[in-house]
Amino acid sequence: MDPELPFLTIGEMGMLRDIYLKDGHTVIVLTPTYSGCPATDIISKDSLKAARVVDPNAEVEISLRPAWTTDWISEETRLKMTENGISPPIGESHDRAFLTGDGKVVPCPLCKSKNTKMVSAFGSTACKASFTCLDCMEPFEHFKCI
Amino acid sequence: MTNIQFRETLIRLGDDSLILAQRLAEWCGHAPILEEDIALTNIALDLLGRAQNYLKLAGELFDPVKSDDDLAYHRDAGEFRNLLLLEQPNGHFGDTICRQFLFDYFSLLRAEHLSSQTVNEYVAAIAAKAVKEIRYHAYYSSKWIKRLGDGTAESHDKIQGSLDNLWKYTHEMFAVDDFDRASIEAGLLPELSELKQVWAKRVGEVISEATLTIPSNPNMEIGGRQGEHTPHLAVMLEEMQVLPRTYPGTTW
Ligand SMILES: [Zn+2]
Repeated sequence: MDPELPFLTIGEMGMLRDIYLKDGHTVIVLTPTYSGCPATDIISKDSLKAARVVDPNAEVEISLRPAWTTDWISEETRLKMTENGISPPIGESHDRAFLTGDGKVVPCPLCKSKNTKMVSAFGSTACKASFTCLDCMEPFEHFKCI
Repeated sequence: MTNIQFRETLIRLGDDSLILAQRLAEWCGHAPILEEDIALTNIALDLLGRAQNYLKLAGELFDPVKSDDDLAYHRDAGEFRNLLLLEQPNGHFGDTICRQFLFDYFSLLRAEHLSSQTVNEYVAAIAAKAVKEIRYHAYYSSKWIKRLGDGTAESHDKIQGSLDNLWKYTHEMFAVDDFDRASIEAGLLPELSELKQVWAKRVGEVISEATLTIPSNPNMEIGGRQGEHTPHLAVMLEEMQVLPRTYPGTTW
């Protein structure tokens, strides 16, 4: 699971890219979300610990290419984010407007109002931006689209 | 391109990211408002991750092998190869934003080339990730340039002052020495003179939209790539390096 989004698995986050056998031992392939994401280390260690219960020789391989993208997060997972109070990425990452948040409607995950505003293009973790709902007045976080 | 030339390019790429990351991290807990504190430190984190990637790769080309931490904590100022622009003190918020803006637009163009070159696949992978992150940073910094430049008389004057002070360090981004020449000829680095034209056009558009003026003919300063730094770097490194140098090999 993702330590910063504990209701999601690394599979749902799109970080778990592959599991294969190499010379008789298990290799887990992970792709970090952001270059400096401090959770990458923890996720890598947790995955290794879990895998070694099954295969004591298991290894973790970090794969940078192709670069992680929010396109790898499924509709189902996006719904799960909303249920947990986090506004999911909207649309696909190749749409430049979605990258910046300009001109896109980010609904409030709590009251569903579309009357919201970006407070900061950044948030409490590398993957999120900060928003405020102008109807229920609650602050919320939006998963950046990259 | 020899191994030493490749290693030098990696160190330059890594040091640019590391030194700017450290500068931005100095804002942690000090930015004008919480949202900007978070923004600047998030950018620092992206840069730090990139520095780790490049410096790890560079470290493998030393004999004996060095770690990214060895390179970050156990080199003196004269051994760093970052751009002078990036070691300049944070100053006020506008100074920091201006430094970020001038570098982001260069860094994006450089990363776009690095991600598409085929000389080294691992560098291409690091850069492909970086391109996405830098686009976001450039969006942030250019928005602030426009907001401050086209804001109040005071914000306009302050950000114009930042631009006047920092412009003299911009030429260095495109200056080419023998190491760069070897990397450019190998296809790893982009042709920096061509990059400069695109950069100047894009940066110029933002600056004019922000109702600011590019200072005319300041005396351009270079030297960072050769280890000839402004005195600010040594002061910054002293703080960055004190812990691992006082307690070698210490861990969390
Ligand atoms: Zn609401």
